[in-house]
Amino acid sequence: MDITNYVVLAAALFAIGATTVLLRRNAIVVFMGVELMLNATNLAFVTFARLHGDLTGQVLAFFVMVVAAAEVVVGLAIIVTIFRTRRSASVDDVNLLKG
Amino acid sequence: MNPAGLVISTGETVLFWVIAPLMVLAALGLLFVKRAVHAAMCLVFVMVSMAVLYIAQEAPFLGVVQVVVYTGAVMMLFLFVLMLVGVDASDSLTETIRGQRWIGLLIGLGLAVVLGSVVARAAFPPAVGLNGGDPGGVANPQALARVLFGDYVVAMEAVGVLLVTAAVGALVLTHRRRLTPKQNQRSVADARIKALPDGVVLTPLPSPGVYARSNAMDTPALGPDGEQVPQSVSRVLRIRGQERPAPHVPADELVHTPESERDA
Repeated sequence: MDITNYVVLAAALFAIGATTVLLRRNAIVVFMGVELMLNATNLAFVTFARLHGDLTGQVLAFFVMVVAAAEVVVGLAIIVTIFRTRRSASVDDVNLLKG
Repeated sequence: MNPAGLVISTGETVLFWVIAPLMVLAALGLLFVKRAVHAAMCLVFVMVSMAVLYIAQEAPFLGVVQVVVYTGAVMMLFLFVLMLVGVDASDSLTETIRGQRWIGLLIGLGLAVVLGSVVARAAFPPAVGLNGGDPGGVANPQALARVLFGDYVVAMEAVGVLLVTAAVGALVLTHRRRLTPKQNQRSVADARIKALPDGVVLTPLPSPGVYARSNAMDTPALGPDGEQVPQSVSRVLRIRGQERPAPHVPADELVHTPESERDA
């Protein structure tokens, strides 16, 4: 097996995550799509770290994980706040920012 | 460093070909499954499998962090928010933008094609590997720590600040200002005393006639004057009409009680 198979897998997962963000209406599922994309990039980072024999890729994947954790906390807090005021978690209903 | 380059073992090949299709299937579940909880479960499967792949790819530290941070913290947070927002909050089916579904599908497929062609056309150097199996090599967590706290120590500090900021931000965002005064024991008691003229009873309701007249909860207690006390029977039983009138009790009990156990 070639190590590029991992890269192909990461690309497939990234594309599926992007399609989820584009197609789903539930804000939480959209958020899960973002998480899937972040995970796919992490897999690519780890694979390239192994490909080049350089640990920097793994360090970057670690930083991506930490930033993703912070992002999830704030994002879910925003979703909960919007749900409290609008009683809906659908991304279509959020047009408050429209003038 | 291994001069012969990286040799991928048969075990890893089998592991990859077992896990990768399942991962893609679970990720597609995220796209097609109706309920948000099922989507979360699909994502948990993808993340656990990803941790297995990390460990197979000479990144045991990242594999453990993946399980702890992603499946342990992030996905549990997702499930908590799903419980808050309502598990059955399903997608609306009306399209606000016409043809959005097909446009989204087209863009997603286009992205997949672009990424696939880039990966196919790129010339990768021969894989080196991280010296994982070499007994003389540095074990992964130590080497990773050396890079993390040596070359990237400033970024590490910045990430710490970011985490604190995110936690405070989440607290501020979800904080709700109290609009009514807080209810405590004293205010509840005051309210009940104030409602006394409207027929509210301050004391606990009388208990039913269990053991006094029979062995069931549906028998009303008898007051000191020998009259039945209707409030002593559960409100539900009274509404259903399942309460037993007290005068009938002795006769019923006589039928069901053996001769030897009767009181004098």
